[in-house]
Amino acid sequence: MTTNANSANQNALARYKNNFLKEVEANVEDGHMVKMCMQCGVCAGSCPLGPAWQHSPQKIFMMIRAGKREEVLGSDSMWMCTSCYNCIVRCPRQLPITHIMHGLANYAHRLDLAPKGQPTREIAKLFWDNLVKTGRVNELKFSLAMYFKDGFGQGVKNAMAMQATGLGLLKAKRLNPMELVGGHKCKDIGGFRKMVAKAREIEDRRRGLA
Amino acid sequence: MTAPIATNQTILVVGGGISGMTAALEAAECGKQVILVEKTPTLGGRTAQLYRYFPKMCHPTCGLEINLKRIKGNPNVKVMTMTEVTAVAGSRGNYAVTLKVSPRYVNENCTTCGECAKAVTSEIADAFNYGDGKTAAKLKAAYLPHMMAYPQRYVIDASIAGTAEGEAARAACKYGAVDLDMKEETSQLNVGAVVWATGWRPFDANKIQPYGYDRYPNVITSVEFERLADPRGPTGGRILRPGDGKEAKNIAFIQCAGSRDENYLRHCSRICCMATLKQTQYVREAFGDDGKSTVYYIDIRAIDRFEDFYQNVQNDKTVGFVKSKVARIAENRANGNPILHGVDTEGYHRYAVEHDLVVLAVGMEPEVTGVKLPADIIQDSSNFIEGSKDGGMFGAGAASSPLDVNRAVQSATAASLKAIQVIHKTASTEAA
Repeated sequence: MTTNANSANQNALARYKNNFLKEVEANVEDGHMVKMCMQCGVCAGSCPLGPAWQHSPQKIFMMIRAGKREEVLGSDSMWMCTSCYNCIVRCPRQLPITHIMHGLANYAHRLDLAPKGQPTREIAKLFWDNLVKTGRVNELKFSLAMYFKDGFGQGVKNAMAMQATGLGLLKAKRLNPMELVGGHKCKDIGGFRKMVAKAREIEDRRRGLA
Repeated sequence: MTAPIATNQTILVVGGGISGMTAALEAAECGKQVILVEKTPTLGGRTAQLYRYFPKMCHPTCGLEINLKRIKGNPNVKVMTMTEVTAVAGSRGNYAVTLKVSPRYVNENCTTCGECAKAVTSEIADAFNYGDGKTAAKLKAAYLPHMMAYPQRYVIDASIAGTAEGEAARAACKYGAVDLDMKEETSQLNVGAVVWATGWRPFDANKIQPYGYDRYPNVITSVEFERLADPRGPTGGRILRPGDGKEAKNIAFIQCAGSRDENYLRHCSRICCMATLKQTQYVREAFGDDGKSTVYYIDIRAIDRFEDFYQNVQNDKTVGFVKSKVARIAENRANGNPILHGVDTEGYHRYAVEHDLVVLAVGMEPEVTGVKLPADIIQDSSNFIEGSKDGGMFGAGAASSPLDVNRAVQSATAASLKAIQVIHKTASTEAA
């Protein structure tokens, strides 16, 4: 856990004491809707990835209300959501379940309580780091980063497996090997970085994460 | 026909179900003049279509018979069937009402001998048995709506009125009761107060896409199940599933099918839990210990003093309860069994369970949903009628709120009293 995330976590614990529902309402996108859940279970039954999750959405909502902070923020459930929106469409109370799931994932990540090495989280981090460097997603670097995220040996294996696709893209001029050095940037990279920093500052202030 | 005589001292009751009959009778027995109009060819409404009532498990024929006897014996009530209200103008104490009367093609000479039906071959959907739905029940195009129909008079369906079949029905009648020259009529009435007892209809199960009512023959609605259990229903009271006519012994009941759902009906329909608990006892009655009912629910709302009924059903070994709103239904193609998918809330177990038959406890939707009512009428967010701004029109029974028969009667009595008050005020104003 980074020092920043740790102190943010301590702040949150001190601020909300044992009221995790209040913490979620204040810090998670659409968190105020969690208490609207009537535990019917349609979301869990409608989720195409349901059986793969640690906790179903209605269970997560009940755990929030029961104050199970560690278990909720450490759950892999929010990271398994593929944003198909089946749950939102079918929820009899129209809870924005997908949004709440993403909100919980983001909050757990910011406090660094999200499960370590969870693939969705790792890829999201790679994507973000790639994007903020130049203001554009460098597809070549992003692909390579993904191949090698589980170590050098696995990276070589992954790259070899994708060799034909890579060569095909090269031939069709959909892949520029020069992107490996630097890569093209957005026009005002300084302005872009300022914008991202400001957005982060506002969000942190609102959530008490600063 | 001639329009009945009405004045601003008259009360109009719209709808001839249990609420409308009650409202009309209470006012008439207080000496008020009442006109009771009903859209279909008979009084009785959806109450007549029930096999039994909860909690006493008695038959609706009993209560209906008493009310029909009161109506027959009271000269203050004028009943008009096959009649719809098309417009209401004016205000409290003085309304001008336009009625549309559809032709029955049978006059008061009818003795219900049934010879016309024998002469006719073409069939129509049997509305009494929900023939438009899964029961697919049919009856002759010359018919008596049901055993308890009032007036006890046959109807010639409009589809055969101008045909050779219609002529055959006329020729078969020994009493000169078939009159194919009847025309649709419009009449005007002057009334002082209006009671809207327009009732309810089952929510359209086709709209609940994940439950596949439109795709799977063995997924039916609670009102259809009511007809299956009735010895006078299309299966003679045997619980046979529509898909293959097999006896359905392992039955799933899905609560809140449409109700308590912002996507369909946002209100709790209030009666469905008790209706399902009642229907589990039909299964027990039919199959004894071999029957199996499973109730899938969010919460059981055994309204008012019916908690003991719920407890008795809970103690019935043939009835199981699963706390879960079913997420979707699939079908086992090999045997036609519906498969229920979901996650329960007592332990969060994922299930996929096969049943012989699924009964959707469909919600109550006001019959006036989608109907243009007088501008003065106030409806709630679910289209139930609260009354009118001018205080001269009232909602009664299931038109005003999702109510069981008992509470509908109470509501209708209350609405009747309010209507009587309007008439009294009008009378005293005129005297002054």
